[in-house]
Amino acid sequence: MPTLSFTSNLTRHTPCPDAAFDAATVAQLFDCYFSQWPDVRGYVLDDQGAVRNHVIVMVDGRGLHDRRRLSDALGSESEVFVIQALSGG
Amino acid sequence: MGDRLLVGTHKGLFRIVRAGEGRWEIERSWFLGDPVSMILALPGSGRIHAALDLGHFGVKMQRSRDDGNNWIEASVPAFPDKPDGLEDRDPFRGLEIPWSTQKIWSLAAGMPGELWCGVIPGGLFRSTDGGDSWTLIRALWDDPRRRQWMGGGFDFAGIHSILVDPRDPAHVTVGVSVGGVWTSDDSGDHWELIGEGLRSAYMPPDQAADPLTQDPHRIVRCPAHPDRLWMQHHNGVFISDDGGRRWRELEDVHPSGFGFAVAVHPTDPDTAWFVPAQKDEQRIPVDGRLVVTRTRNGGERFEILDTGLPQAHAYDLVYRHALDVDDQGERLAFGSTTGSLWISEDQGDAWQTVSHHLPPILCVQFQA
Repeated sequence: MPTLSFTSNLTRHTPCPDAAFDAATVAQLFDCYFSQWPDVRGYVLDDQGAVRNHVIVMVDGRGLHDRRRLSDALGSESEVFVIQALSGG
Repeated sequence: MGDRLLVGTHKGLFRIVRAGEGRWEIERSWFLGDPVSMILALPGSGRIHAALDLGHFGVKMQRSRDDGNNWIEASVPAFPDKPDGLEDRDPFRGLEIPWSTQKIWSLAAGMPGELWCGVIPGGLFRSTDGGDSWTLIRALWDDPRRRQWMGGGFDFAGIHSILVDPRDPAHVTVGVSVGGVWTSDDSGDHWELIGEGLRSAYMPPDQAADPLTQDPHRIVRCPAHPDRLWMQHHNGVFISDDGGRRWRELEDVHPSGFGFAVAVHPTDPDTAWFVPAQKDEQRIPVDGRLVVTRTRNGGERFEILDTGLPQAHAYDLVYRHALDVDDQGERLAFGSTTGSLWISEDQGDAWQTVSHHLPPILCVQFQA
């Protein structure tokens, strides 16, 4: 199953343990995760559900392509990392 | 009398207390490392609301019900889904206006349980449950004139001043940078653009008197005389005696009519304080001398107050929420972009330095 991990810097603000879900897209993976850890959503996504300006989502080593709808496809072994963009300071 | 002061900074929230013999010191801190863009302490309740502006992870609200001993993360004012295909762009630069809270820029209390919150990019939110949930005031956001607002110091417009009428909490007036002064008599269901007499010299001459183009940096209301409003405008100092419908510019304000902050005495509507700066291209104290100006007669004359303030090579700028007066009108505090904090116990006649080493100061508020 695809896995989702977060920068340790986010754990300072809210618990966000690694997790794995059966998901075909990043949007599905996030939906599954946020249903269990709803407080994390606002740290990663803005009010419209897009990735925040200064957050980076890496999918199997590459930057997320669709930062607005999160439609990037996942494989069964995909690894998704949420990290902070240095543009944010 | 205000014996305690909350100070929101670029790197945390601090409480300053009067330790004795008129000496003020830092008592404690919260949220170290995180920008605290706005604070609201509700008098006598132990309730404090703090807005955090996390660089990467967005805007957050924290709330304490026990005077800061414990905090919980609270609901954040959030925009509804933007309709597909809707064009909503800055009128002059063409930037797409985000339907997403970027900064919490003002908080105010209304009737019991009611809170108001102004944000960048120009949304006004209301809570009727003490901040458990927030609703965007659609009547203002959907007003077609809102799309003529523009950023003032930020990419997008913001609501920085919220004045709730103590005689009638349904009467709410807000200040927008840049978008003028708006008022509602029915808790936000309907809005009227007001501001006759304001002047925006930064606009083409034929638009300078348009209320929609005005850049009020900060508006305050005298609690005991709610029709008296004071404004530090981008172009100078203005006063109103009818709740903001008509304004009169006060000229010959020295050393400068430019600045961001203003405070008004809680019971004497003719007494107000400002922290001037060199207009507007430089935004540093005039000649490197930091001063506060005070009028005691409704703006007929301004005194320059400098006792205890640096008078050479001072480059402190005071943001719009970084000056406050206590509920007795005797003590004042202001903090600067260079992390300096001063307090006066005699209406500004003399100032005591609390610190020169705080992070850049964004807002201050006496805690009653």
